Amino acid sequence: MTPVEGIERHTLAVLVVNEPGVLARVIGLFSGRGYNIESLTVAEVDRDKGLSRITLVTSGTRMIIDQIKAQLSRLVPIHRVRDLTEEGPFVGRELALVKIVGEDGHRAELLRIAESFGARIVDSSESSFVFEVTESTEKVDQFLAMIRGLGRLEVARTGIVALSRGPESI
Amino acid sequence: MAGRQMSGAEMVLAGLADNGVDTIFGYPGGAVLPIYDAMFQQNQIRHVLVRQEGGAVHAAEGYARSTGRVGCVLVTSGPGATNAVTGLLDAQMDSIPLVCITGQVPTHLIGNDAFQEADTTGITRPCTKHNYLVKDVNRLAETIHEAFHVARSGRPGPVLIDLPKDIQFATGTYRPPEDFTFSYRPAFEPELAAIEQAAALIAAAERPLFYTGGGVVNSGPQASAALTELVRLTGIPCTSTLMGLGAFPASDDLFLGMLGMHGTYEANLATHGCDLLVCVGARFDDRVTGKVSAFSPGSTKIHIDIDASSINKNVAVDLPIVGDAGRALEMLLAVWRERHYSVKAEPLAAWWRQIGEWRARDCLAYQHSDPVIKPQYALERLRHALKGRDDVYITTEVGQHQMWAAQFLPFEKPNHWMTSGGLGTMGYGLPAAIGVQMAHPDAVVIDVAGEASILMNIQELSTAVQYRLPVKVFIMNNKWMGMVKQWQELLHGGRHSESYTAALPDFVKLAVAFGGVGLRAETVDSLDAAIEAMLTTPGLVILDVVVDEKEMCFPMIPGGAAHNEIMLGPQDQKKSDPTAREEGMVLV
Repeated sequence: MTPVEGIERHTLAVLVVNEPGVLARVIGLFSGRGYNIESLTVAEVDRDKGLSRITLVTSGTRMIIDQIKAQLSRLVPIHRVRDLTEEGPFVGRELALVKIVGEDGHRAELLRIAESFGARIVDSSESSFVFEVTESTEKVDQFLAMIRGLGRLEVARTGIVALSRGPESI
Repeated sequence: MAGRQMSGAEMVLAGLADNGVDTIFGYPGGAVLPIYDAMFQQNQIRHVLVRQEGGAVHAAEGYARSTGRVGCVLVTSGPGATNAVTGLLDAQMDSIPLVCITGQVPTHLIGNDAFQEADTTGITRPCTKHNYLVKDVNRLAETIHEAFHVARSGRPGPVLIDLPKDIQFATGTYRPPEDFTFSYRPAFEPELAAIEQAAALIAAAERPLFYTGGGVVNSGPQASAALTELVRLTGIPCTSTLMGLGAFPASDDLFLGMLGMHGTYEANLATHGCDLLVCVGARFDDRVTGKVSAFSPGSTKIHIDIDASSINKNVAVDLPIVGDAGRALEMLLAVWRERHYSVKAEPLAAWWRQIGEWRARDCLAYQHSDPVIKPQYALERLRHALKGRDDVYITTEVGQHQMWAAQFLPFEKPNHWMTSGGLGTMGYGLPAAIGVQMAHPDAVVIDVAGEASILMNIQELSTAVQYRLPVKVFIMNNKWMGMVKQWQELLHGGRHSESYTAALPDFVKLAVAFGGVGLRAETVDSLDAAIEAMLTTPGLVILDVVVDEKEMCFPMIPGGAAHNEIMLGPQDQKKSDPTAREEGMVLV
C-alpha cells in the first residue's frame, strides 16, 4: 500500500472490560464514524479483573487518529487507550499459518526459506506443508512473497498483538 | 449493609426511587408487565402513560432538560424499544441524561426470533451513551445505579437497560446506590494551567467573543451564573448556539443573539471577524460553522468541553480545556480577579463600534403585512403577551418555526428552552412540553409548532388531557413543510416536491376531539385576543395561527457558505446564488 500524504498508521492497545458487546461497541464506533481498521485482535488477558486487551491497527490523519483515541476513551467499558506508535518503541507480532501445496521439486527450497524466517513446520504431507511463522507484519509479508511461486497458498493470519518496549506497562 | 430480597421488577422501582426519580414516562406491554404490576403496588413513582413510546422519550427529555435531573422511560420489548430509538438518539445528540428501561423476552428465548423480540442493545448501541442487557437478577441493582451514574456524569446522555421478563420475576438481593462504586469517572476538573492561559489570551485580545452552548446549560444554573458574571465583568460580546439559549440573558446588550445558519448578522460576522473565540460547552456543529475552512479564520480558539472527543473534531483549536463548563468558568473568573486582569479597553470599544454597525442592519426585520399574519409577527406578539413572566417554558418542533422561535422569543434563564438541536426531530415539541409540564405543573408551557411537525406526535394531545396538563400548542400554520420548501426554493429551482400537505386536519376541531380547546387566528387584528385566550383558557389549548405561506426564514448562511456570505433576505439570493455551489448542494 502506498502511503498517502498526511495519513499515519497507528497501533493502539485498548484495555476493556470483558463483557458481551464490548467488541461490537469498538467495531461499531469505527464503522459508524468511518474510521479504518487494518487489523484487530482481542483476547482476555486478566481473568481475575475480567479485562481483555484489544490491539488495533488503524490509519488516518493526525486529527482522525486523535479523534479515534478520544472516541474510544469515552466508551464506558474501556479502561485505557494507549497509542503505542506515538508513545515510543514497541514490538508488534503476528502469527501466520501458511499451507503450501505444490510439487516435490520445491520442497528443499521451501524448507530453506522457512528456516531463514524461523517458520516452524506444524504439519506436513506428501504434497503439502503447514508453516507457523510469528513475526512482524512486514516479515510475514516477505515470507509469503518468497514462497508464493512455489505452490498454492492458503494463509490464516492473526493480525498484530503489540507491547511497548522497556519497563513501562499499560 | 445487608441487601433486601425482592423481585427484579421491584428492584427496578426501588432503584429508580433511590436515584431520585419521581416521574416515569412509559407504555406497557407483554415484556414489562411484572414491572407495571410492581408499580401498581407502590406510590413513590408516578407513571405517565403516553400514546406512543417515542412520545415517552421526548417527554422524559423535556422533563430532564427543564429540571436538570435524569429523565426516565419504561417501554416494552420489540416495537416498544424500536419506537424509542429516535428519542434516544435525540437525547444522545443533545446530551440529555435519560435512563430508558426496555422489557425483553425471557433469557431462554433471546435469539429465537420470539414474539416482540428485538436485539435492543444491538439496535441502540450507537444511539445511547451506554446500554446493558441484564441476565442476572443479582446484577440488576448495580446496573440501575450505574446507569444513572453514567447518564449524569461527564457529558450527559441516554442509557438503556434491557431487562428480560424472567429476570423481572426472579428474586435477588437489592442494594442501594451507596453500596457501589463505579469505574466510569470522566474528567470534571479543568487544568488550572490551561485556565490561566485562557485568562491571559482574553486579556490580550482585541476582538474577543464568547460562543456558548448547551454544555453551559447542562452544567447547571451555577454555570450560567458564572458565564453571565464573566461576560458582564469583561464586557466581551457573547453569542450562543441553539442549545445554549438562556444560559446568558438574551435581553442583555452584550448578547448578540444566536449564531450559525439562521443566527443573527452581528453574531455571525463577529464570529467571522473576532481575534479570540472562547467556545464554552459547544461543539462546532456544522449548523454553527458553515464552511469549516472559512470558519472564524483569523481567531485564536479556546475550547472548553467536558467531552475530549469534541476537541478538534470539526475545527482545530489552539487551547483545549477538557472539563465541566461551569467549573471552568468559575476558575476563569477566579484567575481573572486574582491576577487583576482587564480587557484591552480601546480595541474592545472599537470592536463594539463595529458590532454596532452590524447590529444596525437589523437583520431580523421583516415586511409586516395586514391582514395576513407573518410568522415573525405572531412570535413578536407571543413575546409581548409573555412579557414580565418568568414561569414560561418553550418547546419547539423542527423547522422554520423553530428557527423563528430561537430568533424572536426571549430566553433569559437556562432550562426554559427545549428544542431538538442535533437530531432535528420533528414531533419533539409536544411530548417534550408534556414532560416539562409534569415537572412544572403551574408554569406556562408552550409548544411552538409547525402544522407539519405537530402531526408527527399529535397523539400525545391525549396524554396531556389525561393528566390535565395545560400545555399550549402554538401552531404557525403555513400549510407547507416550511424549511423543506425554503430549501427547494433556494437550492432546487423552486420545485416544491412533496412539501405541501394537501389535506391538513382542522386543528380547532382536533383539539376539541382530544378533549382540549381549539382556537384560530387568521388575521392580524384577531391575533392578540387569540394569544390572550390561549394563555388564559385552562387546560390544553391549540392555537392555530394561519400565517403567510411564502415567508422564508432569514438570515441564512446557505450550506457550504462562510459566515460573511450570510443572506439577509430573499433579495440577497441573486448576489450569492446558492445553486451555483455544488459543495453546498450536497450538504443538509
